[in-house]
Amino acid sequence: MNGVHDLGGTHGHGPINPEANEPVFHADWEKRVFALFFGTFAEGMLNVDQFRYAIERMAPAEYLRSSYYEHWLHTYELLLTEKGIITEAELAKKYAELKEAA
Amino acid sequence: MTSDSADVALRVKALESLLVEKKLVDPKALDAVVELYETKIGPHNGAKVIAKAWTDPDYKKRLLENGTAAIAELGFSGVQGEDMLVVENTPDVHNMVVCTLCSCYPWPTLGLPPVWFKAAPYRSRAVIDPRGVLEEFGVTVPAEKEVRVWDSNAELRYLVLPERPPGTEDMSEEELAALVTRDSMIGTGLAKAA
Repeated sequence: MNGVHDLGGTHGHGPINPEANEPVFHADWEKRVFALFFGTFAEGMLNVDQFRYAIERMAPAEYLRSSYYEHWLHTYELLLTEKGIITEAELAKKYAELKEAA
Repeated sequence: MTSDSADVALRVKALESLLVEKKLVDPKALDAVVELYETKIGPHNGAKVIAKAWTDPDYKKRLLENGTAAIAELGFSGVQGEDMLVVENTPDVHNMVVCTLCSCYPWPTLGLPPVWFKAAPYRSRAVIDPRGVLEEFGVTVPAEKEVRVWDSNAELRYLVLPERPPGTEDMSEEELAALVTRDSMIGTGLAKAA
């Protein structure tokens, strides 16, 4: 695949801007997204190759616009619904409930 | 928090809640993973490997011949460190590591990668302008010194063995480990001066 993820040698992405004393995570939701990798992997819901390929299937503009752990979130949503472990309707319902309660 | 990140946080909460309700994941197990990577697994592990290599020539030989096994001797094995290659910086060669395709990184020795390692600017440019990238990290490599860039992949992860700083002959392994920075093991930095 030569999708947008294949970034080596491409121009125009700007300065690197390393962050001094960077924390391991930048938000609580990032912690949950990271840990869900182990949760879903341990339960056999996905494997590393499926995970990688799901990230590579992101729409190019979305891939570049979103942060690293947003790629992971997209991947869980895509793989778990594709596999029928959860449905988009269940996810949308839960999201609406939480939004209502927030 | 912006509305976008609030939305992302809510999507994450929805996903986790649903999986917990279906008894597919245990939230306490997720807590334990987070704690592990926030406290136990990080570049302080890799620094011990480097300090030992600086002080024990036999260990250094094993480390360069079979990085995975030599690192396992110190107990730093596991997820995303299953196959390791250690590359040595010398007066003639500077090594640096990138993952152009995503974010492959040796978790057991370095912990989780910093944001810049996973982001487009570093991934795109490390392979076509490594010296320019190093300048952005404040590292100037003399023109006569070769720069080697290693592109990580899903199977093989790299760890740079930085040059031991001068004037450290009398330092203990523990003191030396304190000079080994995360960036010096990625190759975007050098070990701290004594």
